[in-house]
Amino acid sequence: MASHAPVSDREQKILGIIETARGKRAKFRDEHINMAHGAGGKATQSLIEGMLLPTLASGSLLEMADAGSVEVEGVGLALSTDSYVVRPLRFPGGSIGELAVNGTVNDLAVSGAQPLALSLSLVLEEGLDAEELRSEIEAIAATARSAGVEIVAGDTKVVERGHADGMYICTSGIGRRDPRATLSPSALRPGDRILLSGSIGEHGTAIMLARGEFDLAAPIESDTRSLWPAVDALLGAAGPELRCMRDATRGGVASVLNELARASSVAMVVREADVPVDPAVAGASEILGIDPLYVANEGKLVAFLAPDAVDRALAALRSVEGCEAACEIGEVRTEPPGMVLMQTGFGGRRVIDQLVGDPLPRIC
Amino acid sequence: MGAAGVRYVDEFRDAALGRALAGEILGSLEPGRHYKMMEVCGGHTHSIYKYGIDDLLPANVELVHGPGCPVCVIPMGRVDDGIALALEEDVVFTCFGDMMRVPGSRGSLLDAKAEGADIRMVYSPLDALRIARESPERQVVFFAIGFETTAPSTALTLKRARAEGIENFSCMCSHVTIVPPLRALLESPDLRLDGFIGPGHVSTVVGARPFEFIPADYRKPVVVAGFEPLDILQAIVMILRQLAEGRCEVENQYTRVVPYEGNERALEVMAEVFELRPHFEWRGLGFISHSGLKISEAYADLDAERRYSVPGLRVADPKACQCGEVLKGVIKPWECKVFGTACTPERPIGTCMVSSEGACAAYYNYGRFAREREVV
Repeated sequence: MASHAPVSDREQKILGIIETARGKRAKFRDEHINMAHGAGGKATQSLIEGMLLPTLASGSLLEMADAGSVEVEGVGLALSTDSYVVRPLRFPGGSIGELAVNGTVNDLAVSGAQPLALSLSLVLEEGLDAEELRSEIEAIAATARSAGVEIVAGDTKVVERGHADGMYICTSGIGRRDPRATLSPSALRPGDRILLSGSIGEHGTAIMLARGEFDLAAPIESDTRSLWPAVDALLGAAGPELRCMRDATRGGVASVLNELARASSVAMVVREADVPVDPAVAGASEILGIDPLYVANEGKLVAFLAPDAVDRALAALRSVEGCEAACEIGEVRTEPPGMVLMQTGFGGRRVIDQLVGDPLPRIC
Repeated sequence: MGAAGVRYVDEFRDAALGRALAGEILGSLEPGRHYKMMEVCGGHTHSIYKYGIDDLLPANVELVHGPGCPVCVIPMGRVDDGIALALEEDVVFTCFGDMMRVPGSRGSLLDAKAEGADIRMVYSPLDALRIARESPERQVVFFAIGFETTAPSTALTLKRARAEGIENFSCMCSHVTIVPPLRALLESPDLRLDGFIGPGHVSTVVGARPFEFIPADYRKPVVVAGFEPLDILQAIVMILRQLAEGRCEVENQYTRVVPYEGNERALEVMAEVFELRPHFEWRGLGFISHSGLKISEAYADLDAERRYSVPGLRVADPKACQCGEVLKGVIKPWECKVFGTACTPERPIGTCMVSSEGACAAYYNYGRFAREREVV
């Protein structure tokens, strides 16, 4: 005979306290900025929600979408900015220059805006090899050309040796909102489906291995690419049924799912067996004790849409280069709000929580 | 590495076999009885969450997460000592990634890094030795933590440092041993456990024999188990079978890796490089005799604690923290006075909240959801 385990009043009360704390806007109480504040997890959230948003107090920022909105005489524009800090500057599958273009292009694209133009700020370290810089500028030009955006403004600064890891790049981008869809992080409804545009974890794993800190070699390349073609295909196939899209960069797919589950006050269930992971990435993650769901991608998007649009959307997505492995990985539910659950390949369930700090390799 | 590198484990993750074992577990329960077993090793806890194994068990089979997370058991005073070393001029302080978040009395190594200490994450002590070799002008200190699983690699690294004559390398040894804390738990009069899932990784080094005192002295079954989901379910079946048959012994589920007598070579190397400390403090469990390792006289010149003066101050666990009781299975995480209020995953007080796999952190994150399981 089966029955539910009894829950005492006190336990119920504690669960209530946790639930309330989870739903609350994060406070920022740290004395210093540490690396966790940049990792895309809870610490980042506390910095953004606890210090930046309340101080800057802009309506568009509060949406916490990948790009903000500006309206100019009836034309909807999207504006996005991002800084690129990566070591090493070149890695299998890409370089900092390609990231700087694709990253901002993708933030605009997943916000449902066609990228139009970028600005480029370079922070260069004294002593940087001019050839290295030249090859990055060429990479930026080529990537911008293939993404269909122009670099229309720029700035250069040089800092003393020992700063800036060779170079930092900041790009800002402007795009035109596409009329085919109205997207919002808070638009998710129970029953919506979750699509993923391809296999996960490649960029972050490639970088980790390229740093040479671990004695591991594997044929893994960064997936950096423009997502506008994928977004364009999705808008065409499922425009009005699209609720929201995100590119799963820092913090990986897990962070995207958690942010949106919170923003829309819904639950999500993801089927582990349906999440594509390249075998080399799976192997490296296994050895390093890292979950690929939390690893950064630079050319993968997660899309949320109404169930009847799934087949059309998938067919359209799979015809786009780089999205051949696109698939449905789960769905949006009602309970428990704000939580992401995983149906494991082994048949159990677990919670996919937000990252607390950096995804650090574990020893035990 | 590549596809073949991970494929060999798939057979231990077969969902159909998992369901069959879950059925077997269900069939071997005495109706109305509540079973509590402890998985000693943090690696097991990790697998249990990763695969959702808890979710395949009836609610009256409860897994208690034991003291075997090597990161979480390091007390605040030791973290403070590590930070003090890391702040020494010229020192490159190296440690495993998951050690960086563990709080000391005034922040973690991650915080110290933010304040300017040169702290680097390594994957093995040999990586730390490599940094020493490549930066002869710096002093490289390795923060050695872990049970008998990681102690042999530290020992071998120290031997290599000696052999290569690398003088700018030293080690802050916080290795611990598995048997004393288990004995301390078992000695506790309020312990509520029916059996133990024995630590597979540690046992590859020490063997299964050291756990014989558990059935002999305390009448509890022990099954040394591997880390794949089927290993863990099978170990639970084996423990339940012992209980049903009134047997009580050490069984080895993980024979494909664990020799009953352990790894003689690893034990020899450890004996050469380390000696037992008279006592060592464990976060949440207090001082336990002969439970920690220090660097032996023969290798004293590579001992960071002798090379530098560390504060060595004991920082008491916060009074309100009841991690000890949680570890013994006496109280549930939510019954602790500070749980969910003063002690949360973002600002942990006790060991059980430090690691995401600690019993309290797990309950904080998954508790509401775990209530949906059913009781037989």
